[in-house]
Amino acid sequence: MKHWQLHLLVIPPILFFLIFKYYPMLNAVLAFKDYNVIKGIWGSPWVGFKNFQLFFENPMFWTLLKNTLKLSGYLLLAGFPIPILLALMINEIRGGRFKRFVQLISFAPYFISTVVMVSIIMLFLAPRLGFANIALNFFGMDSINFLGEPGMFRSIYVWSDIWQTAGYSAVIYLAALAGIDPTLYEAAKVDGASRFQKIRHVDLPGIVPTIVIILILNVGNVMALGFEKVYLLQNPLNIANSEIIATYVYSIGLLNANYSFATAVGLFNSLINLILLVTVNGVAKRITNNSIW
Amino acid sequence: MAATAAVPKKIKESAGDRIFLTVIYIILTLVVIAIIYPLIFIISSSISSPAAVTSGKVWLYPVDISFKGFSVLLKTPEITTGYLNSLFYTTAGTLISVTLTIMIAYPLSRRTFFGRNALMMVITFTMIFSGGLIPTYMVVKEMHLIDTRWALLIPNAIWVWQVIIARSFFQSSIPEELLEASEIDGCSDMRFIRSVVLPLSKPILAVLVLMYAVGQWNSYFDALIYLKSANLFPLQLVLRSIIIMNNSSGNMDAMAMVERQQLSELLKYSLIVVATLPVLIIYPFVQRYFVQGMLVGSVKG
Repeated sequence: MKHWQLHLLVIPPILFFLIFKYYPMLNAVLAFKDYNVIKGIWGSPWVGFKNFQLFFENPMFWTLLKNTLKLSGYLLLAGFPIPILLALMINEIRGGRFKRFVQLISFAPYFISTVVMVSIIMLFLAPRLGFANIALNFFGMDSINFLGEPGMFRSIYVWSDIWQTAGYSAVIYLAALAGIDPTLYEAAKVDGASRFQKIRHVDLPGIVPTIVIILILNVGNVMALGFEKVYLLQNPLNIANSEIIATYVYSIGLLNANYSFATAVGLFNSLINLILLVTVNGVAKRITNNSIW
Repeated sequence: MAATAAVPKKIKESAGDRIFLTVIYIILTLVVIAIIYPLIFIISSSISSPAAVTSGKVWLYPVDISFKGFSVLLKTPEITTGYLNSLFYTTAGTLISVTLTIMIAYPLSRRTFFGRNALMMVITFTMIFSGGLIPTYMVVKEMHLIDTRWALLIPNAIWVWQVIIARSFFQSSIPEELLEASEIDGCSDMRFIRSVVLPLSKPILAVLVLMYAVGQWNSYFDALIYLKSANLFPLQLVLRSIIIMNNSSGNMDAMAMVERQQLSELLKYSLIVVATLPVLIIYPFVQRYFVQGMLVGSVKG
């Protein structure tokens, strides 16, 4: 072997993937067992699909599924187009300081941690002293306990997410825009296209492949909603809309030590996710000829 | 629209285009304000007097500048321990993660590497399917990592996305001719990595360091599930207990009720600033590299 050193090099990373990524997949058999601490995962008795059945018959099942899908659907609908619009607008500004400034600023919130983000949300939306309520009172309106209203939970989650990540997500589209063949713009100019027409007929078609790929990836993440932020924003008042599958797995599994049941719920979540990803990828491949594999 | 037609040809932009562009400038300015305002508000609040913060007097500039919040934070043991812990996790974690990422990304970038495609599939599969929270927790438990510092450094050490970005970078920026030339000279692969690849890869190293460092500095979930001893807690976990769960720290108990309440409000702003400061200070310097690296990575996903 001429390149034995390279193979030596990949051993530690491969061990990492085997131990912390693939071994847990094996451990997921827990979902089909009745976990017993003393007997361990492999010694515990098989129970077939009992844990799944328990979940499907659980009165929480539909609420959890509905909350998960509604929240991620909302996030997808609102959060997906905005970075595209942002990138198209930034792209219209030719060079200069303003462009760099807009990028620098819009990118920055991405680096704020989830804990800090939620802290900021809570400070701004606090019932008494929060900025939002002070502003409402200033205009003579009544205070709102934003985080205590189940109906507002999704909007708070989605729009704060857009605030935090839109600039970051726009960079990929900006890269795609930078890759468009300049002769197309020349041709558009000769044909007397306005800026708006140029966006419609050159820019947008040019970034469709990128848009499709990002869309597939986003749909593939529908069930893998950011557990951290939902969990931190959750409180007893908004729980009706804020309990999603991921937070349920955490509280049932780790807090109540109901390992087998929680694993089944988590596995169900991962499977739905995988099916969504494969489906969207297939549809996109057929319609637009773009896909991630 | 007759006026538009009458505009002399030497002016490039038509009236419609100029209006369109102006609208874009206005929208982008509003976007920038919407993003930057909350940040300014928090910084201003953190250096205002407690009374000014609680009475809602601060809305843009700091009012009655005072650094009381920060001085209280400095004297709070949980926060200083958390800060030191976070510094440790960030330094050690970044070192481990970047090393491991390069160890797999570079071989994967070599076209002749045996098993390249299979290995690539093995690692990308983990992006779309995972065993889940509980099975992973069980593995960490089995390895006796629970309640040790290793739990925050090892189980999430490699991010597949970073491997993909680094691999694309190596593929597109290390000319194959260099490798051929050095092979003729009898240079080993290790030596080639050390003296050719790494010196040529500063932009991607900057990106990896930044992403992993920010990830470590900001992470709290692993600490939440894997750690039990308070002396190991990173800053984010301390932050959560003080701001989100409203557990005021012991240091403040001795103060008068009103003052304490005002101060605890102010403390939240100071804490946010303190927890975010390191990232925001480095960010403008590395942002350029970062955008570059992301662009390189996204060209060949």
